[in-house]
Amino acid sequence: MTKVAPDAFSGGKTPHFEETARESLANAQLRRNLGKATQTIRRKRAVAVEEMPDWEELREAGRALKSRAMRHLDEYLLQLEESVTRAGGRVHWARDGEEANRIIAGIAKSHDAGEVVKVKSIATDETKLNEHLEREGIEAIETDLAELIIQFAGETSSHILVPAIHKNRSEIRELFIQKLGVEDLSDDPPDLTNAARLYLREKFLKAKVGISGANFAVADTGTVCVVESEGNGRMCTTLPPVLVTLMGIEKIIPTWQDYEVFMQLLPRSSTAERMNPYTTFWTGVSEGDGPQEFHLVLLDNGRSEVLADEVGRQSLNCIRCSACLNVCPVYERTGGHAYNSVYPGPIGAILTPQLVGIGKSGSDSLPYASSLCGACYEVCPVKINIPEVLIHLRGRVVRHKQDEGGLKGKLDPENVAMKAMAKTFSDPRLYEGAQKAARIGQWPLARSGAIHRLPGRLAGWTDARDLRPVPEQTFREWWRTRRNGRRD
Amino acid sequence: MRVALFITCFNDTLFPETGRATVELLERLGVGVDFPFSQTCCGQMHFNTGYQREAIPLVRRFVETFKGYEAVVAPSGSCVGMVRELYPMAADLANDKRLAADIEELAPKVFELSEFLVRKLGVTDVGAYYPHRVTYHPTCHSLRMLKVGDAPTKLLEAVRGIDFVELSEKEECCGFGGTFAVKNADTSIAMLGDKLRHVLETEAEVCTAGDNSCLMHIGGGLKRQRAGVRTVHIAEILATTEEKIKT
Repeated sequence: MTKVAPDAFSGGKTPHFEETARESLANAQLRRNLGKATQTIRRKRAVAVEEMPDWEELREAGRALKSRAMRHLDEYLLQLEESVTRAGGRVHWARDGEEANRIIAGIAKSHDAGEVVKVKSIATDETKLNEHLEREGIEAIETDLAELIIQFAGETSSHILVPAIHKNRSEIRELFIQKLGVEDLSDDPPDLTNAARLYLREKFLKAKVGISGANFAVADTGTVCVVESEGNGRMCTTLPPVLVTLMGIEKIIPTWQDYEVFMQLLPRSSTAERMNPYTTFWTGVSEGDGPQEFHLVLLDNGRSEVLADEVGRQSLNCIRCSACLNVCPVYERTGGHAYNSVYPGPIGAILTPQLVGIGKSGSDSLPYASSLCGACYEVCPVKINIPEVLIHLRGRVVRHKQDEGGLKGKLDPENVAMKAMAKTFSDPRLYEGAQKAARIGQWPLARSGAIHRLPGRLAGWTDARDLRPVPEQTFREWWRTRRNGRRD
Repeated sequence: MRVALFITCFNDTLFPETGRATVELLERLGVGVDFPFSQTCCGQMHFNTGYQREAIPLVRRFVETFKGYEAVVAPSGSCVGMVRELYPMAADLANDKRLAADIEELAPKVFELSEFLVRKLGVTDVGAYYPHRVTYHPTCHSLRMLKVGDAPTKLLEAVRGIDFVELSEKEECCGFGGTFAVKNADTSIAMLGDKLRHVLETEAEVCTAGDNSCLMHIGGGLKRQRAGVRTVHIAEILATTEEKIKT
């Protein structure tokens, strides 16, 4: 049985971001691979965006369209169900990941499929579909090259778009030699790709069921869309006689015309291309062409809860381009696995805790995995104000601890310190008293004009940074002497 | 013109010399400065760490202290960012329409020092003299929240005697991020490492910025490395004149 590391969507407890980040930060190879990859892609993206004179208008249009879709999500979803059904497809509604997995396994079983081929899909990673199918005796074969690599390695994705960004080509060569049984293989990317291609061709032709995610689905026509680079998605969605698509309910767009905006925003933001190589659209089934049975599984799994949060709901506008990951100084250094979620990086830091619900200590640490530098907001093609949502979620995490954490929450040292400081700041006399106390209290710590070691959690600061002691005179004390001086 | 100085609790306590320089500079440019003593902290640390209910009284105090002033100037992009960009969110959370209205009126009058000088006063040459090799780190909140643009560099380039040198990858965060620097100390330090490398590459003697919080982080790292590069707030550079050096 394949064992994949549990994450925020596996149901159990996950470690805090700072713990897993510490491990990743110590991995020099990972740091180098990620640094190079993210720096290259963000430079390319900047060029691809620069050549668009109306980029800001497009972003605004993308934001507005997605916000409208979310505002009327109930109506659009019913409309989508109707259009897909009209076009010969079948629509299923899944409250959570388990229900979605059951539906999909049921479809595969009804066709006696022992093997299914998959298009890269984060929604199926979220529901842990592959593991579920395996338990049901069905092998799920990932056909996206990077997904195949990490499936062979028994690992999880560390990037929304480039799941194997953490692996280098010699590691991939070893893996292919071991898993594909090929002997004469170089670590040249075309060679590696060819080896995977030979293996996958057979799978495509044999599979009875293809499984995909969706980048978009149009409510008024029922057209589903997959945007990809390798063509494996086109194979999965056209060759097997049965196609099942798992789609988060937020992937909906109102009309066919809206593609105009998103197909300009997405490729430039994600792969820094003017247009991606393969974009597949399908509307229900077409007799004698492609799959003759199409199932669309609509997944909620916490999304309607996110929709209820007025500030947080903009997270659902995400089109999974991964531009925010590539510009994030935190992601660049920690990599995706530190986030313990299928959604890493800045978008993951706001999406994950909302989807699984506030109050789980592992995912509650994610909104803090940011210096609030704002680089993500600047590049987001649908203008999700990620720093704003991060701050909002930090508020929800703290309020949850204070209101529902019982005595432990109230006595939490951070909570006690923050409350005491807030009280101090609320009164200028207490504040000035604290300034004086700090000056006196620091004497055991200050050595020749610097503090080299702080106690407790604050030691994180002095691990690599000196701290300057509180000076002899505060600004307000100086202002007073100055004013007095003037009077004389 | 008269302005109120919003010193920020951080500068008041830890970097009073920045406050003194700000006052000297503004007065030299003919701007009258008031210092309302009822000011304490804008509440940013509490708000951004999630202690938002605790920040609301601080937001109210700020608004009560500064409303009515023609302009409020602070030597900190980050604290001004809090007031301009996040106070409306605090008013929403407090569910207080009057507070929201007061904030709407006050927020546009609160300026970070460099934007006040360049955009409001319309000066770039403030008559400063600073004979040192200097590089400038644009802090995230001044760059991306306040969008101060090239105001700080324009001011620095007009300083006599300065040897201004551009910082590579300057727009990347230094890794401070308030309580992030302690909560996620390892990541913060990893970010700092790259920033320090870029600072050292410039061979500058001084690294400047509009926020002492980021400078305390960068400077703390430089000092720990005994790098021989110091950090100085931009207000102190702009306040320095030939006469002042002589005396």
